[in-house]
Amino acid sequence: MKNRKFELPFHIVKRDTMPLWKSLAVRVAAIVISLLLCSVLSVLLINKSPLVFFETMFKAVFSRDILIWQFAKDTAVLLCIALAITPAFRMRFWNIGAEGQTLIGALAAVTVAFYLGESLPNGILLIVMFAAAVLAGGLWGFLPAVFKAKWNANETLFTLMMNYVAMELVNFCISVWVQSGSGVLTPLSVGHLPTVLNSYFLLIAIVLVITVIIHIYLRQTKQGYEISVVGESENTARYVGIEVNKVIIRTMIISGAICGIAGFLIVGALDHTVSAESTVGGLGFIAIMVSWLAKFNPLAMIGTSAFITFLRRGTKNLAIRAAFPDIVVGTVLFFIIGCEFFINYKIKFRKANTTDKGGKA
Amino acid sequence: MFKKILSICLAVVMIASLCAVMTSCGETKDDFKLGVILLHDEASTYDLNFIEAVERAKTELGLTEDQVIYKKGIPESNACYEAAVELVGMGCDIIFADSFGHEEFMLKAAKEFTDVEFCHATGTMAHTEKLDNFHNAFASIYEGRFLAGVAAGLKINEMINSGKITADKAKMGYVGAHPYAEVISGYTSFYLGAKSVCPTVTMDVQFTGSWYDEIKEKDAATALINNGCILISQHADSMGAPTVCEEKNVPNVSYNGSTVASCPNTFIVSSKIDWTPYFVYIYNQFTKGEAIAADWTGTIATGSVVLSEVNTKAAAAGTVEKLDEVKAKLTAGELHVFDASTFTIGGNAVTSYKADVDTDSAFTPDTEVIEGGVFYESKFRSAPYFDARIDGITCLN
Repeated sequence: MKNRKFELPFHIVKRDTMPLWKSLAVRVAAIVISLLLCSVLSVLLINKSPLVFFETMFKAVFSRDILIWQFAKDTAVLLCIALAITPAFRMRFWNIGAEGQTLIGALAAVTVAFYLGESLPNGILLIVMFAAAVLAGGLWGFLPAVFKAKWNANETLFTLMMNYVAMELVNFCISVWVQSGSGVLTPLSVGHLPTVLNSYFLLIAIVLVITVIIHIYLRQTKQGYEISVVGESENTARYVGIEVNKVIIRTMIISGAICGIAGFLIVGALDHTVSAESTVGGLGFIAIMVSWLAKFNPLAMIGTSAFITFLRRGTKNLAIRAAFPDIVVGTVLFFIIGCEFFINYKIKFRKANTTDKGGKA
Repeated sequence: MFKKILSICLAVVMIASLCAVMTSCGETKDDFKLGVILLHDEASTYDLNFIEAVERAKTELGLTEDQVIYKKGIPESNACYEAAVELVGMGCDIIFADSFGHEEFMLKAAKEFTDVEFCHATGTMAHTEKLDNFHNAFASIYEGRFLAGVAAGLKINEMINSGKITADKAKMGYVGAHPYAEVISGYTSFYLGAKSVCPTVTMDVQFTGSWYDEIKEKDAATALINNGCILISQHADSMGAPTVCEEKNVPNVSYNGSTVASCPNTFIVSSKIDWTPYFVYIYNQFTKGEAIAADWTGTIATGSVVLSEVNTKAAAAGTVEKLDEVKAKLTAGELHVFDASTFTIGGNAVTSYKADVDTDSAFTPDTEVIEGGVFYESKFRSAPYFDARIDGITCLN
């Protein structure tokens, strides 16, 4: 019997590189369409005109000075975590443990403040808190890196599990510290970062400095170059004499340490306490998209983290379920990732019984 | 023709309802605004209970849609302070927060915005902080739990009498969130209610370490049932425990509202705090220009502690009548939930107990709370402070 081959009415071909303006236009279009879709969704949920959706969004983010400061602060915290995972991601080391690395940094800072807060002057206390957070975050990056380098353990699963270890450690510490058993550690009165202008400015400034440093580190230094080479091809890296294992471990320590700084900033400038659920609250995962959207470029990440923060803060006030901001961010990301397909590939439809060669007579 | 009549009718109804809305507006203080900060949203039975109370108060007071602003999904972090600041900026006169861990961040906002009233449910610090604009509130929910416990005890008696179990197998299970006074006071009052009608009953308690974790609550309920518990109650905010009970056909006494819709065969009764009287109270005090109490405790008498309808399909016969009888005794003050003659600690009778009423970082017990043989809960502050581990109850973790 003769096999009749089923053919789809279209096939997919790789595109030549699209001109920059065109690919940007596709991305902007994707964002616009996704936001329109979200506004339609909001109409279905709160029964108000789609314009209310956009109006509420801008009002929630930009209508007053304090809101703009909070927006900048949220952007900075997200940016800091995104910066942290970027060196690892450029190396194709899929570190999805930023949540835990940040949380363990926060826990370390709180631990120092809890036990040494009374005996150290605030300036020295802050330095010790900072050092502890960096060490703890670095350790949380170091462990999966060693297992990857020595035994090729899957880094995605390993870093993911380290998140839960950090969360349970936080719960454990709180159960020891808070004897009433409420599970809530009252914010500490010591170890607060000094207020410059307001309680947010210093945090924002520190993150901007880190942004510049990471940018220079990745673009201008030998170590940054090694990260890129390892990311492109481990074999090439070995061939040119790069010690791949060393690069992996070093980069992950840096990654975790910057997460630790983010944890320190959250504790020192904002929360003054730690909680497995509230302190990082999923930012470690959102940061992955911030980094990816910016194509792992630290400066571009200022824009992408501001964009995601805008979506999250803007949709909070729509009096819909608490999950609505996540739905909006998810929808927009879905369209952005989806449009990458159309930037890289095109769909060709077949004409009946003819083979499309793509050429023109 | 029919369509025409229908559309005319609809138009009339719409105009009428619009008029109704407009006139009701005229009676209230138009520029009053209430801000409500919620830890989760409608998916949590705890937060849903607050949302429903606010909506009832809104209707009762004739407030319009935009006079109440909700902030849902606000974690127990600086985000709570930021939400409060935002609500101040939106013109709120009273800001309310519903979760224990919100307290410090509400306090921070209260100190900064002295012309706005801050009300916090379940908190402990208002009576020692002594700010004019920071208030705690709770209700004597232990009375509701005691009644729910009576219903549980009657159900167990029915199981014993029908020969389904023997009296020595009468063990209940309880899924608790965190091992602190609010939960301990709750499960103890529930247990004492059951014991008041079924003297042989014992109870196992399993904590989840979280206020809302459906998987952990399911696991805890399953473990308790596998350990021989023949009736389950819970103090955690998801549908985890009731769902498991319905699946395994184990009777369940619920909290924060009836779960009869999802659990028609196993739901017996539910106790809850109805926050409506409190919202009405703070609104009235505010509009009259009078001070809101620093520490407000709702009771059965204020309508703050209520029981849901008893599900006669699952409850023992005569439950409704018995509950009415006990409720009348509680309201009249003839019966005390924590009557020290009804329980022992470590085999010993209890004549004196110091509780940690004034919150401090070392959690020092500071106040004698037993007077005339009765442990007086919610007397020295609204939030519960009964944290004794009494005999008959085993904490598994």
